Amino acid sequence: MDFLNALVALSNFVLIPAVAYGSQLALGALGVTLIYGILRFSNFAHGDTMAFGTMLVVMITWLFQSWGISFGPLPTALLALPFGILGCMALVIGTDRVVYRFYREQKAKPVILVIVSMGVMFIMNGLVRFIIGPNDQRFADGERFIISVREFKQMTGLSEGLAIRTTQGITVVTAIIVVALLFWFLNKTRTGKSMRAYSDNEDLALLSGINPERVVLYTWLIVAALATVAGTLYGLDKTFKPFVFFQLLLPIFAAAIVGGLGSPLGAIAGGFVIAFSEVTITYAWKKVLKYLLPENLEPSSLVQLLSTDYKFAVSFAILVVVLLFKPTGLFKGKAV
Amino acid sequence: MSDSMKNTTLFGIVALLFVMTGLLQSWNASLSILNMALISAIMALGVNLQWGFAGLFNVGVMGFVALGGLAAVLVGSEPVPGAWSAGGRSILLALVLGAATIVAAVLAYSRMTPSRLRTLVVLGILVAGFFLYRGIFDAGVEAVEAINPAAQGNIGGLNWLAAARDSEVQRADLFILLAWPVGGLLAAGAAWVIGKTALGLRSDYLAIATLGIAEITIAVLKNEDWLARGVKNVIGLPRPVPYEVTLQNSSGFSETAIALGLDPTTASTLWVKLLYSGLFTAVLVVLLVLAQLALKSPWGRMMRAIRDNETAAEAMGKDVTARHLQIFILGSAVCGIAGAMMTTLDGQLTPGSYQPLRFTFLVWVMVIVGGSGNNFGSVLGAFLIWFLWVQVEPLGALLMDTITLGLEDGSDLKKHLLNSVAYMKFITMGLVLLLVLRFSPRGLIPEK
Repeated sequence: MDFLNALVALSNFVLIPAVAYGSQLALGALGVTLIYGILRFSNFAHGDTMAFGTMLVVMITWLFQSWGISFGPLPTALLALPFGILGCMALVIGTDRVVYRFYREQKAKPVILVIVSMGVMFIMNGLVRFIIGPNDQRFADGERFIISVREFKQMTGLSEGLAIRTTQGITVVTAIIVVALLFWFLNKTRTGKSMRAYSDNEDLALLSGINPERVVLYTWLIVAALATVAGTLYGLDKTFKPFVFFQLLLPIFAAAIVGGLGSPLGAIAGGFVIAFSEVTITYAWKKVLKYLLPENLEPSSLVQLLSTDYKFAVSFAILVVVLLFKPTGLFKGKAV
Repeated sequence: MSDSMKNTTLFGIVALLFVMTGLLQSWNASLSILNMALISAIMALGVNLQWGFAGLFNVGVMGFVALGGLAAVLVGSEPVPGAWSAGGRSILLALVLGAATIVAAVLAYSRMTPSRLRTLVVLGILVAGFFLYRGIFDAGVEAVEAINPAAQGNIGGLNWLAAARDSEVQRADLFILLAWPVGGLLAAGAAWVIGKTALGLRSDYLAIATLGIAEITIAVLKNEDWLARGVKNVIGLPRPVPYEVTLQNSSGFSETAIALGLDPTTASTLWVKLLYSGLFTAVLVVLLVLAQLALKSPWGRMMRAIRDNETAAEAMGKDVTARHLQIFILGSAVCGIAGAMMTTLDGQLTPGSYQPLRFTFLVWVMVIVGGSGNNFGSVLGAFLIWFLWVQVEPLGALLMDTITLGLEDGSDLKKHLLNSVAYMKFITMGLVLLLVLRFSPRGLIPEK
């Protein structure tokens, strides 16, 4: 019984949140890694692209709510998501036309593009705050829990409860659908194949008649969709606050690098590695240990390795370890 | 127009901006902007050392600036009575033990032959070291934070002289100037650690590593209350210049002010700001001269050669990674000095106010706009961009007032637009950066 209780506590406080957070990070890291693979630069504006897409979703959700449209037990934001994605796509394509294309034609060094993305980040950051303000916005509605603590306790008779929030369920389901679609697209369609070819060897791809502008266009479209989905899921699960998306840049990049920059599979693995490490290292293990250890050994402190304020330190530490021992990442990424 | 003419004109235009502010707004406002501009110019010099000379992409400027600020607290503030004997020693011991653990682990890793035993030994050292460290550290922290938590609760600074003086009259205290080089040293130490790990790998990795270390530095400052009181902030740091009240009370100063036709209160604030400007200008000039000498020296030429073609420089026998580490540490140290100066100017350390957009990316805009690789360019960029950063808001407000004239008073849209003016500066800075990169990628004063 104690063992079961420990397991439930572990799932409730570590496994489920980490899976949800990991899915969000993985989607974010996929965007970063695609840009890196195709356009060959680290996009510092990615966090703010996520913020922009999510902002659109939030506003459309409010609009729907004011019209009285709802999605039953599911959050209305899911209905607004496609529109948010379209808006974000428009922004990202516009940015590419106005800003990035020039440097692509010039064959500018990647680091110049990184600096350019810094400028884009400033503008997007300002835009988002200008439109929606810097504060927390709540936009989740619908049923809050798939299983609540009380229901679970009644169902099983355990003393530990297990709650699965709707947003966590939606996050995982959406992430699986999106990733499946993405991999289908990359592996089965002509455009997807040409994208991978372009990423592997630009010159060879050009020689075989692949239109680079088309590849770049599709990349941005996919990245906009991924960013909006990731941002919305994160916003639903936690809250929407523009600054937080900027801070997500570090774990997202860490995930992409840990997995191997340019490798989609790596980005997903990296996302989960980072999420699980962050959650397990900043979790106070007392609750789980008190079931597992005999009474006289019961820990007096919280058994928290690191306070949650240092969660960035965790992604950073993993990043450093990977950089030192396996610079190309878990899945062989690019090393330009 | 020759280069020197053009540059003088550019600096003249920027000077005119400050004079205009003085005439149109107030000299007080103009001097406030100038003081921060001087500090920003030093930060820009630091970033220019790394980016302009060596092509290193450091996006952790904020972290080094914050470390400088920490130095100002640790050196400049008064010691907290009893903190040292209560827990300060154990904290220090714990930190030394923590460092020793890492060194031991690294040694074990490099000295032993690769085997399962090695992995076990390294892991064993790390785990045992961690628990030892936490045991000693937590006890020390608890003891320190228990001391007068309302006003102190941290280990305090090294400024014994201030503690010994009577505190009735607030005096200028030059002791805090010592914090400036110490801030540089702290930042240099952090830079050494990052440089050792991330330099020699791809340039993007350095960027991400510095981004991470900056966030972590701020997290430490926010949460380690024993160090600098965390988000409770350290206020009332000693000042290297006289206090306004003291000046106003001194008859000599008031008489001079009145003789010059100034109100003594205004005169005292101006005088204090001017003194700060003098101190900052001195530091800036020294650093600028040093940077200029470095740029023109064989060392500077080597750096630029490495930047332009690493492979060729390496083939010529240059130790690229070592040189990168060197200049990375130097540039970060300069940022640390600027950080200590900024905290001295503010008289307080508020970890909550460190924002990456303001302290990292804005400095980058300064360097790019001014002209990377050119020290004077960075300084010019810093003055110009800082001026814009401060003044865009009132200008934006004016613009918004005009735009919203046609809108009904009290309408939601109008209220929203007027409230959002503060974020105009982000958009403006992004636009400025993109426009310069597109149409004048070498900046206002290009590298020669």
